[in-house]
Amino acid sequence: MTSPMIGAAVKRREDFRFLKGIGRYTDDMSLPGQTCCYIVRSPVAHATIKSIDTAAAAASPGVVAVLTSKDFEGVGGLPCGWLVTSRDGSPMAEPKHPILAEGKVRHVGDPIVAVIAETLNAAKDAAELVVVEFAELPAVVDMRKALAGGEKVHEQPSGNLCFDWELGDKAAVDAAFAKAHHVTKIDLVNNRLVANAMEPRAAIGSFDPATEDYTLVTTSQNPHVIRLLMGAFVLSIPEHKLRVYAPDVGGGFGSKIYHYAEEALVTFASKKIGRPIKWVAERTESFISDAHGRDHVSHAEMAFDRDGQALALRVDTLANMGAYLSTFAPCIPTWLHGTLLAGQYTTPAIYCNVKAVFTNTVPVDAYRGAGRPEATFLLERLMTKAAMEMGLDQTEIRRRNFIQPSQFPYQTPVAVVYDTGNYEASLDKAMSLADYKGFEARRAEAKARGKLRGIGVASYIEACGIAPSSLVGALGARAGLYEAATVRVNPTGSVSVLTGSHSHGQGHDTTFAQVVADKLGIPMEQVEIVHGDTAKVPFGMGTYGSRSIAVGGTAIVNALDKVIAKGRKIAAHLLEAAEADIVFEGGAYQVKGTDKQKTFGEIALTAYVPHKYPIEEIEPGLEETAFYDPKNFTFPAGTYICEVEIDPRTGETTIVSFSAADDFGNVINPMIVEGQVHGGLAQGIGQALLEQCVYDDEGQLITGSYMDYCMPRADDVPFFKVATTSTPCTHNPLGVKGCGEAGAIGAPPAVINAICDALKDRGVLHIDMPATPERIWRAVGGAAGRAAAE
Amino acid sequence: MAQVRLEVNGKAVEADVEPNTLLVDLLRRSLSLTGTHVGCDTSQCGACVVLVDGNAIKSCTYLALQADGKSITTIEGLAAGGALHPVQEAFREMHALQCGFCTPGMVMAAVDLLARNPSPSEDEIRSGLKGNICRCTGYHNIVKAVQSAATAMSRQAAAE
Repeated sequence: MTSPMIGAAVKRREDFRFLKGIGRYTDDMSLPGQTCCYIVRSPVAHATIKSIDTAAAAASPGVVAVLTSKDFEGVGGLPCGWLVTSRDGSPMAEPKHPILAEGKVRHVGDPIVAVIAETLNAAKDAAELVVVEFAELPAVVDMRKALAGGEKVHEQPSGNLCFDWELGDKAAVDAAFAKAHHVTKIDLVNNRLVANAMEPRAAIGSFDPATEDYTLVTTSQNPHVIRLLMGAFVLSIPEHKLRVYAPDVGGGFGSKIYHYAEEALVTFASKKIGRPIKWVAERTESFISDAHGRDHVSHAEMAFDRDGQALALRVDTLANMGAYLSTFAPCIPTWLHGTLLAGQYTTPAIYCNVKAVFTNTVPVDAYRGAGRPEATFLLERLMTKAAMEMGLDQTEIRRRNFIQPSQFPYQTPVAVVYDTGNYEASLDKAMSLADYKGFEARRAEAKARGKLRGIGVASYIEACGIAPSSLVGALGARAGLYEAATVRVNPTGSVSVLTGSHSHGQGHDTTFAQVVADKLGIPMEQVEIVHGDTAKVPFGMGTYGSRSIAVGGTAIVNALDKVIAKGRKIAAHLLEAAEADIVFEGGAYQVKGTDKQKTFGEIALTAYVPHKYPIEEIEPGLEETAFYDPKNFTFPAGTYICEVEIDPRTGETTIVSFSAADDFGNVINPMIVEGQVHGGLAQGIGQALLEQCVYDDEGQLITGSYMDYCMPRADDVPFFKVATTSTPCTHNPLGVKGCGEAGAIGAPPAVINAICDALKDRGVLHIDMPATPERIWRAVGGAAGRAAAE
Repeated sequence: MAQVRLEVNGKAVEADVEPNTLLVDLLRRSLSLTGTHVGCDTSQCGACVVLVDGNAIKSCTYLALQADGKSITTIEGLAAGGALHPVQEAFREMHALQCGFCTPGMVMAAVDLLARNPSPSEDEIRSGLKGNICRCTGYHNIVKAVQSAATAMSRQAAAE
């Protein structure tokens, strides 16, 4: 069968509403009688609350209610969805994360009081009148100090340690290091970032006294997960009484996976006050309340033989959890980090120890890539540093260590099995895109202009499509990680697809419709993709970890297969042929070897108007649901090559070229895939050069707005050169792997490797992210270096 | 309360506003023109860009009172007679939007840029759009879209 739709760069169907300004984001909606909520948050990082006086606020004009934790008695804390077990077998520390602070605040931004009023301004005015008396405690910001007996964020026996986890064979690693020809060591920081989806988080809670149903409209990547977590663990509302709806959502990048306090607050309080409540984050509020990302401090060592063959890898990481455990926080530095440390290489022995630490900072959780960028940065910095130390080319050391195509499926020493890949193919493609061979001439030309030019290579792997439920269950997940889809064929042949995946920029409305149109042989215009509403979609685990096409798409394909199979029975009856003789092709069921056929539309109509129908054998109607639990992760991989030019007088880095070759397996819509790569690359370049969350010693977030947190802008990035190679995934029917996070994973080490390559003659072998002009200027000797250069 | 009279997307509008009402709040809340978005509170992100008498401004830092007597164009008013504006069309053609949240401001800023400079270089486009943050696209396709719109609009102008 030909595939006219799968693989085609179809323009996005969702664009019209966004381009005309008629998209519907949460804050675009208003309900009758709606009130506005403003939250009084902690201005200090760590304190006991001595008193809260809300009397003046409650008496302020337009105020409907002023709520503190006392108004939430019986309400549960925000749950954590993943239990990590320490190496001594003990469970992680899991302190309560209350909706509103209970007697203590633990980070700047910790919510204390909710003011609900007729208008937002009335709520803000009243919030000014709330008086909270604090007894300040020393703030714990630095992870090492937090572990070395610093003030406790929570009263618990393990102090500020959340867990002490390990993976891999320590003895084998130690033995390999003992016989190593060369050991490369590195200390590095994976800088704390903020996801910064352009739409700030928002939530509208309402309660219908007639049906006793709650509705939450929220900016979520996974409304069913929010319904489950909030309903079952926080508010004790059964699923059938709680609708969670995430309409158009303006980006997520992980930060909108989690269940946040404000969602439970507006839902619970809407019943209390008998009116809908809307809360919308201001950007500064987002900085102090959205889960942050990354924030690892690591020491790593890699042992090599004399040929540059990696023998072993040893990693010690401190991972910041912030003040409370966000929904999936514990699995990020562990099962999404340690398991990726083999990278694309045959390193036979790997050991990783991760200590997760509580500090008086905003909770940290998954941000685009989540664990995999941290693993990749560490590994790819080591490979390039080792190449420099051993006098090998960056590409050569990688080539010598690549897992070969003949070795798949490949069991790594860190638990995962790669199904397929061809790493030399993507390296070769990236080298050709980047004109790698011509680089030294360009370096010389730049040198003549007084510029330092460098080239950096990074070969990443990621695990996407999380994951077999049985596996993640064994690793501590408190949920299954399958996906659900319903394909509803309507009587006149149009098709409604209800998917548990959620689109917040990924273009599912187009990509999924392409898959359906292709499989059923019908025009895309007849296919509707429905997502984001627990009242419409049977179930879903949502969109994160680049899982939508690999897991959600497969659920759709499986439901389609059931629809096609049922249609075949109907067709066999109508065509008076044996079912085995019916083929479905090009949108029609045909008796093999004849011209007798029924179109898909005719079969649909027959299913709903079953006058002539095998009613004894099959039910009327044409609607099927599939739950797909993946057999394995998918393993996208690729090589990125970045070329930079540095002005040693100012330390300023310009990215002159960025080439990306990715193996995503089969591609449904290359235009959308390229767009995903572009966006990921900009975020990765942002991490490498610009972005950094800075806390001072008192736990004040210094970078709390776009005035201080440096977001990548149009003039910070070049045009990207992107291409794909393909080894189709072996365990899902579309052969797809996922493309959402690759750019953010592979770009940071490519950029930093390029900078280090440019600076190696100045004796600089490592520089931390973000590699700001100041850091580079200092690294090359500051004013002294400048004078020498001149 | 003070009364303002202005034109929004070609229609005369009268509204009572507080002295501190921002133009973006007048548009979003009073006039239900929710296509103009708010993405920050420091006038940095550009999601709120609209045209005031043809010039791009950030409506989150512009008082409704300042708009008295002026003509406002929002994203909802850009598609004349239902046909997409060439910049909107180019954004669609080049896949210059993903989540769509920054898009209205980005499109309005691009319209303003091309009005001032009908054939900008790549650097001029990148520099001209640095007041608008997009977190999804990496700007690659946005810059391509503005280049493409510039070509289409100059062709259109030549034909007229």
